[in-house]
Amino acid sequence: MANEDIQKLTIGKAINLGLRRSMEANNRVIVMGEDVGKLGGVFRITDGLQKDFGEQRVLDTPLAESGIIGTAVGLAVRGFRPVCEIQFEGFIFPGFDQIVSQVAKLHYRTQGKVKMPIVIRVPFGGGIGAVEHHSESPESLFAHVAGLKVVSVSNAVDAYWGIQQAIDSDDPILFFEPKRLYHSGAMRAEVDTTATPDPLFKSRVVRSGDSVTVVAYGPSVKVALDAATAAEEEGKSLEVIDLRTLSPLDLGPVFESVRKTGRLIALSEAPSESSLTSEIAARVQQECFYSLEAPVLRVTGFDTPYPPAKLEEHYLPDLDRVLHAVDRSLGW
Amino acid sequence: MSSPEQWTHPEPGAGPAAEAAQPSPEQVIAGLRATSEGGEELTQLLTPEGERVHSSQFDPYIADIDDEALRGLYRDMVLVRRADREANAMQRQGQLGIWVPLLGQEAAQIGSGRAMRKTDMAFPSYREHGVAYARGVDLKEVLGIFRCTDHSSWDYKEHGFHPYCIVIGNQVLNATGYAMGQKFDGKVGDDDGEATITYFGDGATSQGDVHEGFVWAAVYDAPLVFFCQNNQWAISEPTERQSRLPLYQRARGYGFPGIRVDGNDVLACLAVTRWALEECRAGNGPVLIEAFTYRMDAHTTTDDPTRYRLSDELEEWKLKDPIERVRAYLARNGGADHDFFDQVQADADAFAEDLREYCFNMPEPPPERIFSNVYAENSPVLDAQREEFLSYLDGFAAAGEH
Ligand SMILES: Cc1ncc(C[n+]2csc(CCOP(=O)(O)OP(=O)(O)O)c2C)c(N)n1
Repeated sequence: MANEDIQKLTIGKAINLGLRRSMEANNRVIVMGEDVGKLGGVFRITDGLQKDFGEQRVLDTPLAESGIIGTAVGLAVRGFRPVCEIQFEGFIFPGFDQIVSQVAKLHYRTQGKVKMPIVIRVPFGGGIGAVEHHSESPESLFAHVAGLKVVSVSNAVDAYWGIQQAIDSDDPILFFEPKRLYHSGAMRAEVDTTATPDPLFKSRVVRSGDSVTVVAYGPSVKVALDAATAAEEEGKSLEVIDLRTLSPLDLGPVFESVRKTGRLIALSEAPSESSLTSEIAARVQQECFYSLEAPVLRVTGFDTPYPPAKLEEHYLPDLDRVLHAVDRSLGW
Repeated sequence: MSSPEQWTHPEPGAGPAAEAAQPSPEQVIAGLRATSEGGEELTQLLTPEGERVHSSQFDPYIADIDDEALRGLYRDMVLVRRADREANAMQRQGQLGIWVPLLGQEAAQIGSGRAMRKTDMAFPSYREHGVAYARGVDLKEVLGIFRCTDHSSWDYKEHGFHPYCIVIGNQVLNATGYAMGQKFDGKVGDDDGEATITYFGDGATSQGDVHEGFVWAAVYDAPLVFFCQNNQWAISEPTERQSRLPLYQRARGYGFPGIRVDGNDVLACLAVTRWALEECRAGNGPVLIEAFTYRMDAHTTTDDPTRYRLSDELEEWKLKDPIERVRAYLARNGGADHDFFDQVQADADAFAEDLREYCFNMPEPPPERIFSNVYAENSPVLDAQREEFLSYLDGFAAAGEH
């Protein structure tokens, strides 16, 4: 295998390379959003793409999210495959109407005649010490909408493949990227560009254990893995599952794991009320009722707006809160 | 070069030849950028060299600005610039999470901010530190946003200054509603009338919210001044990425007046904003002001403008500095002497020092703040969540005690 087939990449670089591969493979793929061209995006995820693919394939759009998503719909109808970047998750809401009313429903409304091969990339989550609207986790709002698919990556390998698989899909996909891990050296991984990737809509056991199952996605996967390492020292073994796909939810591996451990913690930065973690808890109690040794516990952000960043260390579920829940679960 | 007027009014029946009237991209850019150096398009009362330009329409609006008042405007601008530089430096030292610089926009902000009456209301975006100061908001409270201890802490009613708005364009519709309310309350049409002003950037003009604000304000004749600070850039995107027409000309399409003012000229900004607010108070409906200015620093402290703009442009705009021209005017006409300028500098340094000291000692918010004020009326679910979390934290405190 040639050396350049394996590259050590951060999540950010992996998405950049994935976008590049998709654009090379299909000239109908276009990248659009605010500042994605010359600047390479505020996180530099699209760095260098405009230089290499030109201004018609990498569009610096006017500053309007409804415009970005709404024109992507029209471009998709015309046979393009738009990849929209939303600068920060808190700014997706001006485009919410287009996402919910058109992106999600056109295929259904036209009985399959109109396809919506649109990817909406959303940097999300907290922990970067930012001002308001830059640290939220709105993914449950989109998972709730029929007609949309939602995924979230937690590592460079999934980021590289996931973005290409999402672009290849004929369905609209919200692609949630853990922004605080974009450039994290700790999350740098070897990406084998000749490998056969895991399917996009499958969750995966990323660490096996037999005391308690922890299911997480996006930035919380790292928290779960760190908690598992810490728990090990206390003689407790956590099984960690990376959900990867948030809609459709792939809970098969979670059910299987819960049947083994009898305990589940659902971990997420988002507020808990009426959220993905609620859904997981409901489905697990339905499917695994006789295997459960303790109620499903949730470790999440609080049911408040995201607080000023000086308080985010309290707001964001950390390793201690996960371990506390592990103790509660085991103590049941 | 064809004029913008020609582009919007092609010759009737011109047929395919109308193609020729289409501006080239270069012409569009030139049109958007043209300030005609004080020509017809740009209302200017003080040139970059500090020469007073007279205007029969706008001179009356600054008839009260004698040397003393002008010294006051100068001092305001020097103070907010100094505070801005201090905050920028504090961000570099890790004391602030981020800073949004106002450098270069002092005249637009002080001129328009000082044009308001106590009963008027301002709806800012996130760069309006100079307007905040003009409205009597303590800049220490503004720092809290950027040190991330608070989302907003000042009393908006007391200061007539709404919380900052970070989502581009939202505040424009909010301001429109507020102005409609002023009208519904019978506060327009006489001498003690009220008005509202809202601030946004050139990039924001692409948002649906801003367009909707124009529509609503027009059809309800809301007493609202749309104050667009066209600082030429929306992060990396130049004005021409948002419009083919000089922004002030858009007002015409909505049916209200638009005017372009030299945003680096504090006298012109003051006069034009006073005029616009008077129009609103008199019940003549909204006005769009395009303050033609320049963002001299990065978009925020996380931005790197060298990736997208040339230093030539910056050098050119340095010659139009809003503070230097007032200084030149005052010095040349004997309106101020060295002692005055030295004193203002000393005051500015003290002002910055005070901010710095406050910033370094700013109290950290307590964890229970996360849960407070989510609702006006309590939510039992949230109350339970708070209790559970606080007792969890107490567990750590207790564990640490022995
Ligand atoms: C709805 C929304 N989309 C994107 C952003 C991210 N963003 C913050 S400032 C900015 C550029 C704004 O430019 P402009 O309106 O010209 O105002 P300026 O910052 O130049 O004063 C962008 C894209 C945001 N804050 N809100």
